[in-house]
Amino acid sequence: MGFFVDLWNALPQDLQTVIWILVRIVIIVAPLMLLVAYYTYAERKIIGYMQVRIGPNRVGPRGWLQPIADAVKLMFKEIVIPTGANKFLFLMAPMLSIAPALAAWAVFPFGPEMVLANVNAGLLYILALTSMGVYGVIIAGWASNSKYAFLGAMRSAAQIVSYEIAMGFALVGVLVAAGSLNLVEIVEAQEGGIFHWFWLPLLPLFVIYFISGVAETNRAPFDVAEGESEIVAGFHVDYSGMTFAVFFLAEYANMILISALTALMFMGGWLSPFHGWPLLGPLFDWVPGFIWLVLKTFVFMFLFLWFRATFPRFRYDQIMRLGWKVFIPITIVWILVVGLAVVYRLPWWFD
Amino acid sequence: MTFEKFLFYVFAIILVFAAVMVVSRRNAVHSALFLVLAFFTSAMIWMLMEAEFLAITLVLVYVGAVMVLFLFVVMMLDIDTDAMRAGFIRYLPVGLLVAVLMVAEIALVVGPAHFGFDHWKLPAAHPADYSNTRELGGVLYTVYMYPFEIAAVILLVAIIAAIRLTLRRRPGTRYQNPTQQIAVRRNDRVRIVEVPGEKKMEIK
Repeated sequence: MGFFVDLWNALPQDLQTVIWILVRIVIIVAPLMLLVAYYTYAERKIIGYMQVRIGPNRVGPRGWLQPIADAVKLMFKEIVIPTGANKFLFLMAPMLSIAPALAAWAVFPFGPEMVLANVNAGLLYILALTSMGVYGVIIAGWASNSKYAFLGAMRSAAQIVSYEIAMGFALVGVLVAAGSLNLVEIVEAQEGGIFHWFWLPLLPLFVIYFISGVAETNRAPFDVAEGESEIVAGFHVDYSGMTFAVFFLAEYANMILISALTALMFMGGWLSPFHGWPLLGPLFDWVPGFIWLVLKTFVFMFLFLWFRATFPRFRYDQIMRLGWKVFIPITIVWILVVGLAVVYRLPWWFD
Repeated sequence: MTFEKFLFYVFAIILVFAAVMVVSRRNAVHSALFLVLAFFTSAMIWMLMEAEFLAITLVLVYVGAVMVLFLFVVMMLDIDTDAMRAGFIRYLPVGLLVAVLMVAEIALVVGPAHFGFDHWKLPAAHPADYSNTRELGGVLYTVYMYPFEIAAVILLVAIIAAIRLTLRRRPGTRYQNPTQQIAVRRNDRVRIVEVPGEKKMEIK
């Protein structure tokens, strides 16, 4: 043990910092990947029960090893590159879609002190990175040199750009209410019990943010980019094996990210829902903030699955109408309302 | 050489490379993708200059939105590259003239007479709690209030003009009216009728 301590101290200061940051990245990404794996299992099970089926139950006890089996299967499958495809871009696209999905976690606070990079413009950083995820889809669709993939990419590009505006405006409301772009400060601005959190004063923005998040991740009922009943599998129709798996990982990592961000910005992050209440408050004080954050995130992750089992796919023009003609006007009006509430120090939230 | 300087040169080399590729690639989609790389790298250089708000906004607006729409259009074009290259020699003199003029204009502004450390002092590094966003907002909404508002109005006019130019009403097209569809109630569509069934057989 003493040898390792000596070895560590012998390293130059800069190298120690780099290694320490890398270790923390692994601490964030490894559980995230495991969560993604079991999220796919949860999805199949939950949707199964909602449709009065059993879902996967063959591999391991109650099917618990199913995601591991899926991962192994995908790893050993051949990666087929279509003849007319642009090889470099074709292999680049899955990486371009997973990199932003993982990089966004760098500024995500898991607790008041538990954050990899506590940057001032954290909210902007997350917005910028999530807006880059669309390149994976577009480049995949174009580089595959296939009509179906291309149609999926075109649909996805228009859809993501449209809903990004509504999403951005919803976050502007959060930023006005919190008075900061720093994610830790946004949570601290919601200090208090469940009725102090931003979901109540920003209710329309909260709903719009989450629905836009569903659209941004191309999940049902906004999954026209995949649209398996119309264009086979959309943008990733020509991908196989690990290249397909990376798209899959990116999609689920993005869903978890959107759920966690919704919990952070509208549901008080790591704050206890009973904070400051006379009887229940002290009773739940021992629960670590991280547990609350995870529980809140799981609620939104469940909603993603529930939506998929409940709603039929939107038609393309309906998606565009909802984004441009319904969401954007509502967000603009509500930013004005929030601005007035902050200026006149509306009691309870902004006093 | 400090680490920051090293990073600057790395980004600068990538930026110049990407910029050259934008104009030299035959395939328009490749050019657009290199332009994305160029935008991203310049954002990183701005980040080195402690302008994090502008850097992230550049990525958000240009990489995340403008270039996506660019790609959207460029990917759907079917450009005949032979026809495009046909007049190369014919247009070369004009192109060269424009290029020389542009270089001369740039040299006038950023030539040694107006540029360099004698004219522009090296800005002092900001403390860790300095918020670029807050400072920009403070200046933008007080000192530059009128230019900011005027720019906003000009953009609004541009939006209206663009929508008006592309809006065409085609007679005879059948649209849905979502308000009408939502207003439909169950009683308008479904009627429960009592159908007299056959009499139950009595078992004796």
